[in-house]
Amino acid sequence: MKTVGGLSFARFTPVVYPYDLEGRCMATTHTGMAKPEGPVTPVPRRKFVQALLGTGFMATAIAFLYPVLRYLIPPKALDMGSDSVVAGRIADLKPNSGKIFRFGSHPGILVRTASGEFRAMSATCTHLSCTVQYRDDLQHIWCACHNGHYDLNGKNIAGPPPRPLQAFDVQVRGEEIHVRRRTEA
Amino acid sequence: MAPLEKIRSWIDGRFNLNELLAPFKKKTVPRHRLTYWYFLGGITLFLFVIQVLTGILLLLYYRPGANEAFESVQYIMTQVQFGWLIRSIHSWSANLMIFTAFAHMFSVLFLKAYRKPRELTWLTGMILLFLVLGFGFSGYLLPWNTLAFFATKVGTEITGQVPIVGKPLMIFLRGGEDVTGATLTRFFGFHVAVLPGLATLLILIHLLLVQRLGISVPPKIQAEWLARPTSQREMKFFPNFMLRELMAWYVALGVLGALAAILPWDLGVKADPFVPAPAGIKPEWYFLFMFQTLKLIPSKVAGIDGEILGILSFGLVAFLWLLIPFFEREHPARTRQWIAGVALFALAYIAGMTIYGHFAQ
Repeated sequence: MKTVGGLSFARFTPVVYPYDLEGRCMATTHTGMAKPEGPVTPVPRRKFVQALLGTGFMATAIAFLYPVLRYLIPPKALDMGSDSVVAGRIADLKPNSGKIFRFGSHPGILVRTASGEFRAMSATCTHLSCTVQYRDDLQHIWCACHNGHYDLNGKNIAGPPPRPLQAFDVQVRGEEIHVRRRTEA
Repeated sequence: MAPLEKIRSWIDGRFNLNELLAPFKKKTVPRHRLTYWYFLGGITLFLFVIQVLTGILLLLYYRPGANEAFESVQYIMTQVQFGWLIRSIHSWSANLMIFTAFAHMFSVLFLKAYRKPRELTWLTGMILLFLVLGFGFSGYLLPWNTLAFFATKVGTEITGQVPIVGKPLMIFLRGGEDVTGATLTRFFGFHVAVLPGLATLLILIHLLLVQRLGISVPPKIQAEWLARPTSQREMKFFPNFMLRELMAWYVALGVLGALAAILPWDLGVKADPFVPAPAGIKPEWYFLFMFQTLKLIPSKVAGIDGEILGILSFGLVAFLWLLIPFFEREHPARTRQWIAGVALFALAYIAGMTIYGHFAQ
């Protein structure tokens, strides 16, 4: 044993091992071991130690990688929005116009048709999630990103959108226009 | 041919990989009773890599800014799965890295590994040590808690005391007259962009120099080997030394994981510039010896402001420390003993002042 800075360390002593990794005998005269006769079977102890080490390293790697993978998954954001929201006031919207309102953390679109009726639906285009707008010249809903068209019920009528926009219920209470998420049937 | 061997020969056929790797195959590490000290630089490098990886992970959720920083760290520690663990590992690894960097510096000093032709290795290593302290100082502010706020206030104020350049430097560091959200934005930039860039470049140069110049043999061992040439030993860098180094890294990882899991790092209270500094406030342990020294110097020494004297002295010592290799003689039998004496004194001073500072009121 050697002492370094108050600590004792064993010297690096070379381990003389008479077999190489493939189990061939490497014993030579300087090791003082006689070369055994006949073929030598691979040493199982080396394989055992290797398996033990390998398992240990694998377990460590998993133990450290698992928290990292879990960490990468963002926690679920709390949906602050309730099921009902005041989307606007009657005075805000002239016939044949639309406005975007906040529904929780997502945009919704409120449309007043040319006949004065109110319609509300999700404003997130079902194609690639752009926010749609009301086109008074076309008198329906349009998405600028890839020229998607929806009718006033939110049905996809032209362009790439694959599905209709999610429609909401509208209730007019006095001056206020309330929008409510439709409960799943 | 095994698939790995196939890929290897494909690359070799194009880039002459074997020739590139030849120096690594030939590289050897001297083998003697002090070989263990050669591991410290590698462990520091390993901890630096941990810092980069966990730092990137923290960047996924951290938001700089006086109104968001504390909340985002709180979010990491309470909402994100294993966020507390990632942050704890980052903090613990930072502290361990500073410790191993200091230990590496002193081991190089005592083994006299800085002698010709390794002056530039020493110089890059010392600059890296300063950068590591810069990492510590800038990273400490990022959670924007009370302790960090006042530590930064005091630390930058000390910079401001330096004659002539101090004041502009302080304003540069703070991003204004006071420590505010602007300071946080700056420190964030230093911590995640400027310092990592510089450190990576210097580490590459440092490693290249180590690779090019080989591993130094301490003069004492060299003398023993000269006297008895048969006692000279070495081992191959790859795989013999590398496997031992990997073992050291494995142990370091174990220590780090245990510390982070058993003693998770505190977040503290959100910084408020209009609240008095808490009693017993102290900087991190690696600045404590300087902090304690400044506290002990009288306010006036021979007509000069004590604080300024202290700061200038530390600056001068740090500068002279950089130049140590240039005071040394190359010949192993004629190295200067006083350098070892100074190193021993510095080590005792730093250790003593740190302990004193830790227990002082």
